[in-house]
Amino acid sequence: MVPFAGFEMPIQYEGLTQEHHAVRNAVGIFDVSHMGELVLTGEHSESVLNYLVTSDVTTLVDGQAMYTCACNEKGTILDDLLVYRHGKDRWMVVCNASNHDKIASHFAKAAKDHCGFEDQSPDTALVAVQGPKTFDVLAQLSPEGARCSDLKAFHFGSYELAEIPCMVARSGYTGEDGVEIFCANRYAPKLWSLLLDKGQAFGLKPAGLGCRDTLRLEARLSLYGNDIDETTNPLEAGLGWIVKLDGDDFIGRDALVEIKRQGLTRKLVGFEMVGRGIARHGYPLLDLDGNTVGVCTSGSPSPTLGKNIGLGYLLSSMTKVGTRFKVDCRGKLIEAVVVKTPFYKRAG
Amino acid sequence: MSTFPNDRRYTVDHEWAKQEGGSVVIGVSSFAVEQLGDITLVSIDASVGDHLEAGKAFGTIESVKTLSDLLAPISGILEAVNGELEDSPETINDDCYGKGWMIKIKPASSADLDKLMDDAAYETHVKSSPH
Repeated sequence: MVPFAGFEMPIQYEGLTQEHHAVRNAVGIFDVSHMGELVLTGEHSESVLNYLVTSDVTTLVDGQAMYTCACNEKGTILDDLLVYRHGKDRWMVVCNASNHDKIASHFAKAAKDHCGFEDQSPDTALVAVQGPKTFDVLAQLSPEGARCSDLKAFHFGSYELAEIPCMVARSGYTGEDGVEIFCANRYAPKLWSLLLDKGQAFGLKPAGLGCRDTLRLEARLSLYGNDIDETTNPLEAGLGWIVKLDGDDFIGRDALVEIKRQGLTRKLVGFEMVGRGIARHGYPLLDLDGNTVGVCTSGSPSPTLGKNIGLGYLLSSMTKVGTRFKVDCRGKLIEAVVVKTPFYKRAG
Repeated sequence: MSTFPNDRRYTVDHEWAKQEGGSVVIGVSSFAVEQLGDITLVSIDASVGDHLEAGKAFGTIESVKTLSDLLAPISGILEAVNGELEDSPETINDDCYGKGWMIKIKPASSADLDKLMDDAAYETHVKSSPH
């Protein structure tokens, strides 16, 4: 167990690699109750939210969710977020635990005098069920659980799972199919035990933060604090698809328009190690002449691929797939090559 | 009965050191292996003939999870490196007290080994470490 943003978080239960493979091949459950849940309500909640995030939330329908981010005036990233539309006048935003205080006060300030704001984080538990056997397990919980498989990707709804009122969303942070289940704290231990019990027949394992990191890296999902932060903008981070520059105004838009006009100086790319070495967060990236051309933001052995992989910012001129460069692994220069991402994509 | 072999000594950083003739063989303990998980890379940065100083890093060991320095338990001259680990670092997971040995040192002083913990003291140390 390690302390993380005020929570005691398990790095691993049985073992990182076993848990990683369980999620890829069967199913794993993650206690991610540390994530923050913020709710905006009222007539103007949609326009307040749309001003706070980079994408256009007005394209969502009731019961639909969207990955987005919030920027500051400089166009760099305050946090990456999931936005859930309950109704045109009721929205839930899920933020990272490490950014909870910052985002909660930022949103509360924007909401003041315009719409309702409630921080439901302290009362809300979140369990992610991820992997190809997810819906087999949910079907064991209750008749409504069996209907969760009707959810389309990035859609959510209310379901009673073994008499526990839950909000179930078809989303996740592993690159596998699966759901994220929100419920009141008091129900969480029961939900967790039931999942462990009913999941046993399907090879379900409890999964820790360790494999959450290797799984999301293989799927090239950004980790705040590693790949994105207040020194990086969404365009260079490869998140241009969640930035809508031609829609309504939002915080950071002017800066991002200017950044786009000037052209990106660096981009976040995926790479594989060619030589024997593992890139880690913060290791410098060098060109073949030894000039510093970037920095590694995430790196790890990939349990699925059996290779050492990483993400890092490189000068835009060096981001073409196949480009060779070196990673400074604590003084040892190890060759690496830019590859296409995601490193892992599930079949179907 | 202790959890750890009683034919060698241990450091607070979870390495073991075992006398073999005039040399001392160095490896990592089963506790270290358990904490690291699947070991994916071992790099011995020192070369045979180098003088190693007790407490100074001679290489690194990496698992999926993390990277840790390997610290010399005693001072001496590096005599041999287990080259097998380069291609098969998982040998340490399989047999950390035998085939998973890492280096051999010609000790500067034969008394140095006695300053390290015996198996019972090491077990007490492990029990007081955060898991």
